[in-house]
Amino acid sequence: MLEIKNLHVDLEEEDKSILKGVDLTVEAGKVHAIMGPNGSGKSTLSYVLSGRDGYEVTQGSATLDGEDLLELEPEERAAAGLFLAFQYPVEIPGVGNMTFLRTAVNAQRKARGEEEMSAADFLKVVREKAKSLKIDADMLKRPVNVGFSGGEKKRNEILQMAMLEPKMCILDETDSGLDVDAMKLVAEGVNALRDEGRGFLVITHYQRLLDHIKPDVVHIMADGRIVKTGGPELALEVENNGYAGILEEVA
Amino acid sequence: MLPVRKHAPTPQKSAATEARLNAQALPDGPAWLRDIREAAVARVRDRGLPDRRDEYWKFTRPETLVQAEAPKAAVFAGGDQSVFANVDALKIVFVDGVFDAEASDELALDGLRIERLAELNGTDIHWAKDLYGVLEERGQWPVDRPLAALNTGFASDGVVIHVTGRVSKPVHIVYEHQSDSSDAMLHHLVKLDAGADVTLLETGPGAARFNSVMEVDVADKAGFHHVRVQGRDHERRSNTHVFARLGTESTFKSFTMTANGVLTRNEAVLELTGDDAVAHVAGAAMGDGDFHHDDTVFITHDAENCESRQVFKKVLRNGATGVFQGKILVKPGAQKTDGYQISQSLLLDEDSQFLAKPELEIYADDVVCSHGSTSGAIDEDALYYLRARGLPKEIATDLLTQAFLAEAVDEIEDEGLREEVVGLLSGWLERRRG
Repeated sequence: MLEIKNLHVDLEEEDKSILKGVDLTVEAGKVHAIMGPNGSGKSTLSYVLSGRDGYEVTQGSATLDGEDLLELEPEERAAAGLFLAFQYPVEIPGVGNMTFLRTAVNAQRKARGEEEMSAADFLKVVREKAKSLKIDADMLKRPVNVGFSGGEKKRNEILQMAMLEPKMCILDETDSGLDVDAMKLVAEGVNALRDEGRGFLVITHYQRLLDHIKPDVVHIMADGRIVKTGGPELALEVENNGYAGILEEVA
Repeated sequence: MLPVRKHAPTPQKSAATEARLNAQALPDGPAWLRDIREAAVARVRDRGLPDRRDEYWKFTRPETLVQAEAPKAAVFAGGDQSVFANVDALKIVFVDGVFDAEASDELALDGLRIERLAELNGTDIHWAKDLYGVLEERGQWPVDRPLAALNTGFASDGVVIHVTGRVSKPVHIVYEHQSDSSDAMLHHLVKLDAGADVTLLETGPGAARFNSVMEVDVADKAGFHHVRVQGRDHERRSNTHVFARLGTESTFKSFTMTANGVLTRNEAVLELTGDDAVAHVAGAAMGDGDFHHDDTVFITHDAENCESRQVFKKVLRNGATGVFQGKILVKPGAQKTDGYQISQSLLLDEDSQFLAKPELEIYADDVVCSHGSTSGAIDEDALYYLRARGLPKEIATDLLTQAFLAEAVDEIEDEGLREEVVGLLSGWLERRRG
């Protein structure tokens, strides 16, 4: 589903290489996790895939079901089925959460040549999904992420993911800033979306999240490359020994 | 305390002023009105009409508002003739400044009496003589507003409304623009008795050149709500003044939305004279290219425990210019004043500019006054976030634009009217997207 080949990325403004040849394939129905120390390029990978400005791809490719992602505008990537749950969801004063969700759902439908969702249908679906994430009516009415706690912001990301039903979900440190209960809630939301047709790439520092969202494959990223790939046991190894041991081993 | 201007106009200014004054004759009317008009003309002569050297016109060039003949302005084919068409209101229509009886409703509504200025002929004793030109004259200090005095002198018509109770539906003044060379001057009076309440709507471009003055006397515990939408005619020029005096525990709320227009200057001059009064004035403006939009506000606190808010937002692109001159004057003794002023622009490109002059002048020691003014571009992080969720760039930009204007639009108290304005805004943004 998601295929990344030899991806090299520089920061545009600083002329600094961040990704130095990433190879990664996420199959439909699978959950892949990327772990790695700070500064290894994990978040950059998520930004480059979703189309954020400020990065220059110097080599390599990234495709979603064969479609070249790097050629597309951010909104086209979203319509193609890519979703990034942000590490730091952006606050947007003045834009109601509900308006935002509905505009997003309908913009994607329109881009795919599908019929827009009626207001009534939308309301019904959003209420149901919000309920399972313990998002109350007030949070839906408030401006996007404004005044939300860390946990509320992350739950709001998962709600967007549930509404948009993407093919490929990238979760960028979704566990950061969450207490155990909030993390469970978020993980349940993600697990509810696990499906044969959907791929996940879960970026995290810690094993903790992976106790709740069980990965099929775990990758270790360091200095802009995937340096080791294995099963769920690799995450446990990180938890027990830190990254140092693994990095020494591959060096 | 305040510097008071006392110098004669320059010869050039006097000449320009005389040229304008001689271009028209005082309208007919009862003797008392004639006296007021002549006094107003004397005020204009004494000060001279504004020119580019006036400090108060530093950011906006007044020549086209002053010159004897109005510059032509093509009638905009895509104008919104139907703004607030769904709002049940008493409609009064002026076409290029001329009353249109056929298009207007019967001038009768429970809780108020409406007459027309042009028909006060022969009425010798009228409450209007205690208001017409009175607030305008008070508003000439400490800054000259000669274009308002010019209007008091020459206004051909207007509505004269005496509100005695709580009025169930708004009064809607519609200003149509049908002639490319029209030069209209209207002067409205609104007098609210104690406890009375009314909503006044004003919509439409008015004329090729439009000069309007409204004087509002808000008695104790009365409420005046004003929502204005200035038409989309691109080439029109307008220069408006709202003067209001607020009594104890009274409320004054005014919101103006402006899109297009090569020149708009909206002045609001509010005086809080009774304790616990509330005055809010807000504006949302969107402009392109040669659009020039100026909000000039002067709020005087002359009583205790009053609140005033100024909220002005402008979205500018393709070289458009926005101006804000806003002042809060707190007089000695106006303790517990709560004054707030914010003016912000969203600049969609580097060619557009926003010029702001926020001022506070405070002579009381127990007050809370804050002001802020900012210019900024679209928030790139927010734009990326919205696009990452599938919103095309233009739609995301418009959504953020509407969000930027929201603080001003939210000043409209009535939910129905607020939604109408939100609808207008999104319609205009959508058309602009094409």
